[in-house]
Amino acid sequence: MADLPPLDAAYIEHKLNEWLEVEFSFLKTSTPAQAIAQLPRPDQDFMLMWVQRMSSTNIELAYQFTVRAIEFLNKQERRVIEAWVLHAMDTYDQRGLHPAMEFIKNIEHFIQYSHDHSVGTVLQDHATVLLHFCHGLSGRQLKIEEAEQAYTDTQTIYLPPVIATLATPEDNFLLYKASAAYLWAQTRFGTFHVPLYELAAQHPHPEPFLALFHALETVRLEACIARELPGLYRVMQRIQEQLNEKYDDASWQSITQPLIQPGATSQDTLALTHEHLHKINIPAPQCFQGTLNPERVAECLKNRVPKEKAAFRVALSKILEDLKKEEAARHEAREHQFRTRKISDHTLPEGFRMELTLDDQPVPLPDHLSKLLTSIQLDLGDIPDEYLVAAGPGEYDPSLYEEKEVDPDEVWQGTYHEEGAFLYNEWDFRRQHYRKNWCAVREKTISPVYDDFIQNTLRKYSGLIKHLRKSFEAMRDEDRVLNRQTYGDGIDIDALVQALAESRNGSEMSDQLFTRLHRNERNIAVVFMVDMSGSTKGWINEAERESLVLLAEALETLGDRYAIYGFSGMARKRCEIYKIKEFHETYNEEIRARITGITPKDYTRMGFAIRHLTKILQDVEARTRILITISDGKPDDYDNYRGAYGIEDTRRALVEARRSGIHPYCITIDTEAKDYLPHMYGDAAFTVIDKVNQLPLKVSDIYRRLTS
Amino acid sequence: MTARALKTDEYFIDEEPYYEPIGDEIEIFESAYRQQLPILLKGPTGCGKTRFIEHMAWRLKKSLVTVSCHDDLTASDLVGRFLVKGGETVWVDGPLASAVRKGSICYLDEIVEARKDTTVVIHPLADDRRVLPIDKLGEILQAPPGFCLAISYNPGYQSVLKDLKQSTRQRFVALEFDYPSAELETNIIAKETGIPHEQAARLVKFAGMTRNLKGSGLEEGASTRLLVHAARLIKDGISPVTACHAAIAQALTDDDEMLAGIAELSSSLF
Ligand SMILES: Nc1ncnc2c1ncn2[C@@H]1O[C@H](COP(=O)(O)OP(=O)(O)OP(=O)(O)O)[C@@H](O)[C@H]1O
Ligand SMILES: [Mg+2]
Repeated sequence: MADLPPLDAAYIEHKLNEWLEVEFSFLKTSTPAQAIAQLPRPDQDFMLMWVQRMSSTNIELAYQFTVRAIEFLNKQERRVIEAWVLHAMDTYDQRGLHPAMEFIKNIEHFIQYSHDHSVGTVLQDHATVLLHFCHGLSGRQLKIEEAEQAYTDTQTIYLPPVIATLATPEDNFLLYKASAAYLWAQTRFGTFHVPLYELAAQHPHPEPFLALFHALETVRLEACIARELPGLYRVMQRIQEQLNEKYDDASWQSITQPLIQPGATSQDTLALTHEHLHKINIPAPQCFQGTLNPERVAECLKNRVPKEKAAFRVALSKILEDLKKEEAARHEAREHQFRTRKISDHTLPEGFRMELTLDDQPVPLPDHLSKLLTSIQLDLGDIPDEYLVAAGPGEYDPSLYEEKEVDPDEVWQGTYHEEGAFLYNEWDFRRQHYRKNWCAVREKTISPVYDDFIQNTLRKYSGLIKHLRKSFEAMRDEDRVLNRQTYGDGIDIDALVQALAESRNGSEMSDQLFTRLHRNERNIAVVFMVDMSGSTKGWINEAERESLVLLAEALETLGDRYAIYGFSGMARKRCEIYKIKEFHETYNEEIRARITGITPKDYTRMGFAIRHLTKILQDVEARTRILITISDGKPDDYDNYRGAYGIEDTRRALVEARRSGIHPYCITIDTEAKDYLPHMYGDAAFTVIDKVNQLPLKVSDIYRRLTS
Repeated sequence: MTARALKTDEYFIDEEPYYEPIGDEIEIFESAYRQQLPILLKGPTGCGKTRFIEHMAWRLKKSLVTVSCHDDLTASDLVGRFLVKGGETVWVDGPLASAVRKGSICYLDEIVEARKDTTVVIHPLADDRRVLPIDKLGEILQAPPGFCLAISYNPGYQSVLKDLKQSTRQRFVALEFDYPSAELETNIIAKETGIPHEQAARLVKFAGMTRNLKGSGLEEGASTRLLVHAARLIKDGISPVTACHAAIAQALTDDDEMLAGIAELSSSLF
């Protein structure tokens, strides 16, 4: 392709004015336009593309980007700048304009210490690998998330979106890894057994106290890492040398000597901190150590410790209950005692593993309980005696100990409360990126309605049902006897007679003399996703319900596993999935009554429903997984889901489903023959039905064709 | 270990197969054998079930017939079938019938992989009748006292479809196997492969890391078998990180990011 000529300043300014709505916003675009005009064409295109994408999120933010990004264009890779922009937009989504503006104004800080010729590494590119790495390390399973600075709250490891401290991307990745391991070590080796938040509050100027504690603790943790992960320790040494971060001060070394010993604890660090505060020079922070965030740690512990205590004691009482039932059967009643003991295990840094015993017999713990035990041990250093008392009858309140599905505070940092919801990303085509955890999805039930709808439907379609049953029956697993096989269970007499005759005639005897049973196993799971939006009111709703009845009748003869869900919603925070029939449920009166009870609700947001049901399908073991959507083909919701946004998100969700090995199929009831349908359904196969009353027949028919 | 081949799937074991007992499984097996009770070995893959059976066959001085079950395995594959030879039909015993006739130990490995209708042919053998009906011959084989039926089953596969039927499992004395404790596993690796104890200990530690990943991206952690494989490579001069990658990580997953994550773990450890 020939090089395109650069764009001129006037054109650029015109574009900027349009996207940044200068008419109303009064932003000054002529200086940035001049600057962009100086850039080579590919950079110009890159800049303009991002200004446009950002302006769909927020105009102020887009303007700040325009002003600031230019000087970084030739210093950093585009990937790094993209990460910066995306983090700004995520910050905007989750915490609002002010923090997002703070962030975007701080690009220098973002590309921390970046050297002139360094090439940044982007967290998003490596987050999964780092997460696997952290999960492999012993202790609590930590999460990884983006934040401006590296720190941990003992639940999540926060890492900056980009690191550009070292010259190569490989080394910058290693720095990520070292940071993650160091922050893991803080939780793993008890840094926060010291109540830092309270202690810091006692200092009029907590900074020097925290800085010294952090520096000393880093010495201790480095020694722990050296023992636990010697390979990584070597890498950390090398990085420190490259950055000249080695601190060779003799008095520092002699002071910190005790912290290097295997038994040293954070209490020792604290004692040394008190002893030497204001009396010695604090070495500069190591590149991997990040910051301490005592406040977040305190919050996290305050939340987790009582919850885990309750959960643990409730679990103990369940174990006891089971035991007592057995004893009652044998007419015994004894006192029981839980204890813990240490079992030697050289794979753990402590050299032992905790075992729970009941009357001195080991209790085998299911996975989640042994994780709980580990977590408590990490927070408290031990399992205190009061934890070993089974919960009494009054202490069963699940809100005390049960994990919420998703902790909304974590995701939305207090801005919204989405208790018990599943959160899904949504595709923003203007941004060309996902909005993170954008939709809050809840599963709801449908109140069953017992009226004459089912009977009427069965009567109305009795002929069709008979026909469907027959054709579905024909698709059932059928065992066929294959003749003339080279091996098999039985002898094919016809073949044998013929072969004997032939061999008498002097020709070679065939070896295809056996019969074998060939089994056809249908191994299909299918989810039907039914539009329950307001626009289905009337005929469509009725036809949908009739279709489901017919389909269920037919599927029952076939024996495929199936589930039925409805979907509707009102804006992104009220996305609703209605359970009509789950996989484990059998088709009965109750399910029929739920089908009867399907009523039109609010709007049509399709993306979240496809994503949620994809997840449900993935948890089902089957060779073939199918997702069939039945809708009126109009993505539409209150908050901008209308039009291109909804179409693109739906399309994207279908692509995701496909990528995860699911076969999506869309059935659309549409009397207007909308031209965007092929685009929206993309690769997914679909059928448009223009006569509503055809739906009941079509749905079953399509299913039959799809699966035979 | 040298094995004298009698038939492809039946042999006597002359030399003691190395087996490190984890609990009282040897005593229980011997007792079940004396009492003519069938035995179910439960446990994850590569934790020593096959080795244990070989060891027991050696201990009890019995020949061992092993059948690896798979989803095409039919009842006839186990019991036997007619073959046509030179124009005549000849009956050929399947491994199960042959083991019953000879009074061997018959070990059906991964029994849940077999089709459900195949599994039921062992039912009459596994209760106090101890018989194997051979319909096609119109014959009922009575198992001699020395015959022993053992099956294995890995409950780790969460699939409901692959669960062992109650009517099958309730016929067996169950022995539960799990990965040995760290100390024991280290000894097994060192003894089995001859690598230094310290290196074996690191491998076991690495195994622990992959076991931590079970359920967060890995279906299973590294089994003892994989550690033995890695140790053999190391013994042969391959670097530990490479050996862990080739013998362990690659065997556990195909997911590139998971492989990268595991590689970061091994390079941190060694
Ligand atoms: N207790 C043990 N004593 C000695 N070696 C052992 C022991 N446990 C495991 N091994 C080693 O692990 C290897 C794998 O064990 P084995 O083949 O018996 O596993 P398995 O339980 O039969 O697995 P699968 O279910 O996959 O068949 C053995 O070859 C042996 O080297
Ligand atoms: Mg085996």
